[in-house]
Amino acid sequence: MIPIIYNVRSVVRRPVSTALTALGVGLVVAVFIGMLALANGFRAALAKTGNDANALVLRKGADSELSSGLGRDVASIVAADPHVATAADGRPLVSPEVYVLIPLGKVFDTTQVANVVVRGVSDRAWEVRSNVKVTEGQRPTSGRAEVCVGKRLVQRFPHTGIGQTLRFAGRDWTVTCHFTAAGSAFESEIWGENEQFMPVFRGDVFQSISFRLKDPAAFQEAQRSLQADKRMTVDVHRESDFYAQQSQLLSRILGILAFMITSIMAVGAVFGAINTMYAAIASRAPEIGVLLTLGFRPSSVLLSFLAESAFIAVIGGILGCLFALPLNGIVTSTTNWSSFSEIAFSFRVTPLLLFSGLAFAVVMGIVGGFFPALRAARLQVVQALR
Amino acid sequence: MKYLRLVLANLGRHKLRTVLTILSVALALFLFASLRSVTTTLAASAQFGGARRLVTLNATGLVFPLPLAYGNRIKTLPGVTGLSWANWFGGKYGDGKTFFANFAVDPESYLAIYPEIVLPADQKQTFIQDRTGAIIGKRLLSRYGWKLGQNVTLQGTIFQGDWTFTIRGVYTPTDPAIGDDVLIFHHEYFDERIGRAGIAGWYIVEIADPSRAPAIAKSIDDMFRNSSSPTKTGTEREFQASFATMWGNVSFLMSTIGLAVVFAILLVTANAMMMSARERTGEIAVLKTIGFSDRLLFALVMVEAGAMALTGAALGLGGAKLLYPAINFNGAGFLPGFTVATSTLIIGALVAVGLMLASGLIPALRAARLPVVQALRQVE
Repeated sequence: MIPIIYNVRSVVRRPVSTALTALGVGLVVAVFIGMLALANGFRAALAKTGNDANALVLRKGADSELSSGLGRDVASIVAADPHVATAADGRPLVSPEVYVLIPLGKVFDTTQVANVVVRGVSDRAWEVRSNVKVTEGQRPTSGRAEVCVGKRLVQRFPHTGIGQTLRFAGRDWTVTCHFTAAGSAFESEIWGENEQFMPVFRGDVFQSISFRLKDPAAFQEAQRSLQADKRMTVDVHRESDFYAQQSQLLSRILGILAFMITSIMAVGAVFGAINTMYAAIASRAPEIGVLLTLGFRPSSVLLSFLAESAFIAVIGGILGCLFALPLNGIVTSTTNWSSFSEIAFSFRVTPLLLFSGLAFAVVMGIVGGFFPALRAARLQVVQALR
Repeated sequence: MKYLRLVLANLGRHKLRTVLTILSVALALFLFASLRSVTTTLAASAQFGGARRLVTLNATGLVFPLPLAYGNRIKTLPGVTGLSWANWFGGKYGDGKTFFANFAVDPESYLAIYPEIVLPADQKQTFIQDRTGAIIGKRLLSRYGWKLGQNVTLQGTIFQGDWTFTIRGVYTPTDPAIGDDVLIFHHEYFDERIGRAGIAGWYIVEIADPSRAPAIAKSIDDMFRNSSSPTKTGTEREFQASFATMWGNVSFLMSTIGLAVVFAILLVTANAMMMSARERTGEIAVLKTIGFSDRLLFALVMVEAGAMALTGAALGLGGAKLLYPAINFNGAGFLPGFTVATSTLIIGALVAVGLMLASGLIPALRAARLPVVQALRQVE
């Protein structure tokens, strides 16, 4: 085996071309990680929205909360179901909710439109949705025109500070609190009391009913019993599955885009690596001749040059990870086309992503180095030395 | 021209390297063209919409309907020459995995107000006469293999039940922003099945004089200001633009990210081109010895770099220009009318020229300034 230090030294001997090649690979890796971190963050925001222990009731056939509609009778039937968990005071943990979209901030006649979710919840919602925490202020008082604003909206829309007044649906609403929800999509919503929202929006109809399962393992039983109930036509989803489903359309698009862009890029970077390695080997032919004369086997030469190429790629991979790391946590927003609402979420660079970025770099290095290394191994000693 | 063979011979020396270099330039510029086209297509779709059409929505939000009775009142306003209305239906077809837009419209007035929707006159007539008929964009026809006269069943998500329509016509949009993957059907039939709720999702108002658009929009909104459903009226262009901005900064991020990559690939390519030029120090010395002038050598090296960069650019940009129309790409319905704009091609070509300069200038200068004696000594 040719000691690896030989390759390290050769790489260091030509800093400019090494740096350029590594930079190329590094940018490809950075983009790879960045795009997947985007898709990842979006998926995570929606996946965290749902709770495993909760079930969500929608009208049969509705594929989002927006397209659903349930009467008060359904809400009472669900509340009375034995599968629903009860709070300490013996009342069921159920939140029949009103869900609408409103254009917020600058309305659609200017350049920026954002369809923001307004969710009317029951008192119990704050317990049912266990990830929701009021960070500042007091929860809206029942019977008053008051709302609580998700943390992610506060930074992006005017009039969302505590004590300020938001105007929508032809009324003024006082903002009394801000809430967080563990980075989930709820943080891009405005919450108020369902009974307040019903008359100003769609009348006497709820869009969804969320409840805590008495026994999270018995979801299927609860689903069967509610869906079989002849008095209503509903679909029952596990909340976590439902929100994860809502992310599918967009995360699939982002994923496909990431895949297409990075694969084209990767091919380009591999071509670059091949060229660099060919040039490196061509200029080092006498050296390789000496190695072969010394008795190193062609297979060792092959391995050695593969290692060199992989080494350059790893430098690139590390550079790429460093470029991508600052992306972590950056907040961006887009419309979730499944629910038509705007959702803010953060890039999520996970250790797994960094690792796959590095692995991707190594693969590019090895693929790019293989043919040049093969040529090095096959050099004729006499010719190479001349 | 007599030096052409020399340049070709140089390029042909390392055939593989030349091919790879050209291909990486091509890939970089292909990617550049594709990503920039996403942005330009979004921008172009925001520009769509006749200045003579206004859209009236419920001021509370996109999802709230307006009373059907508003139509007659809007029609009476001075300056209004045409009116139509539509309602989003949002039905699913099949397993619902492939999505397409579908909505209910008032057929006669809708087709009159949108001359961009072109279909044969006989199909138009049968569609208008058949209450359960529907017309579809030509892309849907090929995607699902439907035929004229076939019954198609959508599952309602907002409006429950199975809705069966008979395909009465296939339209071709003259403006790509209209979308060729849409199904539209009779509002009358829709209204009847939902129990005569008398709702319209939005109104399209045609006006005689585009310059009066703001005034007319204001008078429509004023008319309904104190009603149960206040309205929000804007030009169709503003309405379209609002959809394009819904992607938020994601589309911006995508293109930034993409440009970083283009830069990266070009960097690597420039590096490879410079390395290959450096190898030939000895040769250049020989050429100088036999009487090639400095200027000529400079030009020869530049021409070589330019040949690779420009061939790559032609392949990449030309490929993008030809490929997308050939596969009828519309970004899964999100990018109707996806085209590679001429401005993209021009910028791409400029990038290629920049690449030629970046990768050719240093080796070319070095070739021109090479001291012969030293260079020849280095070789042996």
